[in-house]
Amino acid sequence: MRSATIQPAAERKLKNYTSFTQTLRHSLTMAYRGLLKIRRTPEQLFDVTLQPILFTLMFTYIFGGAISGNVANYLPVIIPGILVQTVITTSIVTGVQLREDMDKGVFDRFKSLPIARIAPLAGALLADTIRYTIATVLTFVMGYIMGYRPAGGIEHVILAGIIVIGCSWAISWIFAFFGVIARTASSVQGISMIVLFPLTFLSNAFVPVETMPNWLQWFVKLNPISHLVTAVRDLANSGTAGWDLAISLIGAAVIVLIFAPITVRAYMRRT
Amino acid sequence: MKQIYREAGAAQSNGAEWAVEAYGLVKTFGDNRAVDGVNLNVRTGSIYGVLGPNGAGKTTTIRMLATLLRPDTGTARIFGHDVIKESQIVRQLIGVTGQYASVDEALSATENLIIFSRLLGLSRQEAKRKAEELLEEFGLTEAARRPLKNFSGGMRRRLDLAASLIAQPPLIFLDEPTTGLDPRTRSQMWDTIRRLVKTGSTVLLTTQYLEEADQLADRIAVIDYGRVIAEGTADELKMSVGTSSLHLRVQEAQDIAKARRLIEQVLKVPSGISSEAGEITAPMANADLVTDLLLALRSEGIPLSEMSVQKPTLDEVFLTITGHRAAGEGNGAAATDTAGSPAAATAYESRTGEGTTV
Repeated sequence: MRSATIQPAAERKLKNYTSFTQTLRHSLTMAYRGLLKIRRTPEQLFDVTLQPILFTLMFTYIFGGAISGNVANYLPVIIPGILVQTVITTSIVTGVQLREDMDKGVFDRFKSLPIARIAPLAGALLADTIRYTIATVLTFVMGYIMGYRPAGGIEHVILAGIIVIGCSWAISWIFAFFGVIARTASSVQGISMIVLFPLTFLSNAFVPVETMPNWLQWFVKLNPISHLVTAVRDLANSGTAGWDLAISLIGAAVIVLIFAPITVRAYMRRT
Repeated sequence: MKQIYREAGAAQSNGAEWAVEAYGLVKTFGDNRAVDGVNLNVRTGSIYGVLGPNGAGKTTTIRMLATLLRPDTGTARIFGHDVIKESQIVRQLIGVTGQYASVDEALSATENLIIFSRLLGLSRQEAKRKAEELLEEFGLTEAARRPLKNFSGGMRRRLDLAASLIAQPPLIFLDEPTTGLDPRTRSQMWDTIRRLVKTGSTVLLTTQYLEEADQLADRIAVIDYGRVIAEGTADELKMSVGTSSLHLRVQEAQDIAKARRLIEQVLKVPSGISSEAGEITAPMANADLVTDLLLALRSEGIPLSEMSVQKPTLDEVFLTITGHRAAGEGNGAAATDTAGSPAAATAYESRTGEGTTV
């Protein structure tokens, strides 16, 4: 409008694809939108603030004596376990919120814009890493207050935190997929909990594997969550990185490679 | 043959002449054929109205043209670009404003416009400037920082339209742009649409208001049960229904019979009379004869209180073509009598299936 006239369609330079840098830019803009939304509705952050505090306190004092003899000895075991469990549980919310968001009219506009198809999804998932960061920091801080002094040093603790955040981001693609195909937000929550509850508890997060029956040990050792927990323990408690770290990172990459494309596909097909 | 036609079409027009060319569009939801073979041709630089009652398939048609929905069969091109094969190009040429506001409720108006601008490739600075410019143009500057939750329906629509104009797209889809707006906001929206076309945009709008199509659109497609049942300019559609009619009112009630006799003598057509107001109506084929009639009335000493010549309204057009009245909500804008019969309204409801998508 104004006095400027509109450039006719025939005189425009048009491309039928989106370049990688554009895709990245679109995703970052969408992530910025996600951050603005969090700033506008800070009550969204309730779960990631309360859960780490509550769980760390509860599990440490309930199980500490029974499993490691005393609380101080249990802290190096439980803090990495709680960290992984909390942050990954938080990633469910990503799927639920994506579902709610997609039902709004604004997603129609995103679809009608000449932007990378993956951007609205990748942006939402990227913005949620702020939630994982909050949960990670709070868990370590709670541990510190209770007397946890990781032997690996601060740099390895930070590294461990980043790895947990990265893996959770990867796993959130699974829940994003549920979010896209599910009909309601509450069903996303339901399905995700059913998947995640056994996965986090049938792991070495809270108790030593050796105390479990043989058939269960077999599953627990296979469970990717166990590998991630072990990787975090190695890094935070002794500053070492081993196979478990490699397996965790490879697993995360595989999840993204599988779930990102099928999620975008499902998102495109939804009318 | 088909291939040749397509190439020829693309080369010859290069999208210059036709903004929209759709052929045989079909979309089925379950066993509901929401769109059942729609053909549309919209000339560049015009306003095209798609008129139909709720559930006729208007929104589904627009969603297919705007790459939001994949047609089951049929082809559609926007400025010569296929909506399926070249969807990303099509998206660079269109702006879409939905029936419900397609903006972010949680954010402020400025934030919304900045995010859409950034997505469209504007720099941080440009996006800021663009947002300010559009907000001023649409009279939203004062509300710019408030979250949209507190926006009125009219403000939301305006913001929605502003967001569609960021990239200055040559084609704009407006899905029921004034449904639910009060008459004043509605006429503001009409002015905005007219201004858009002046700058060179093409506008395709849907509406259930006959008056809206009549006021705005250069050409109109009447759509019902997923099919285009009539197409043309507003005048052509009115003409297809019948000629104009003469409306007369005399000062003295005892003159009515005499006046009707005169009409039959001079115009050589039977006249009718509307009971409540004593208004005489007669079909009029030849406007020239009206002079003779008026002279005859004067010489007989019959004083008139009112005389007019009226073309049929689009409401009458719709009634004639579809056999039922358009089931509009009659928000004061639709022509006199748009209250659909309850039976017809339920018929739509039951075949709509997907609440929002028609």
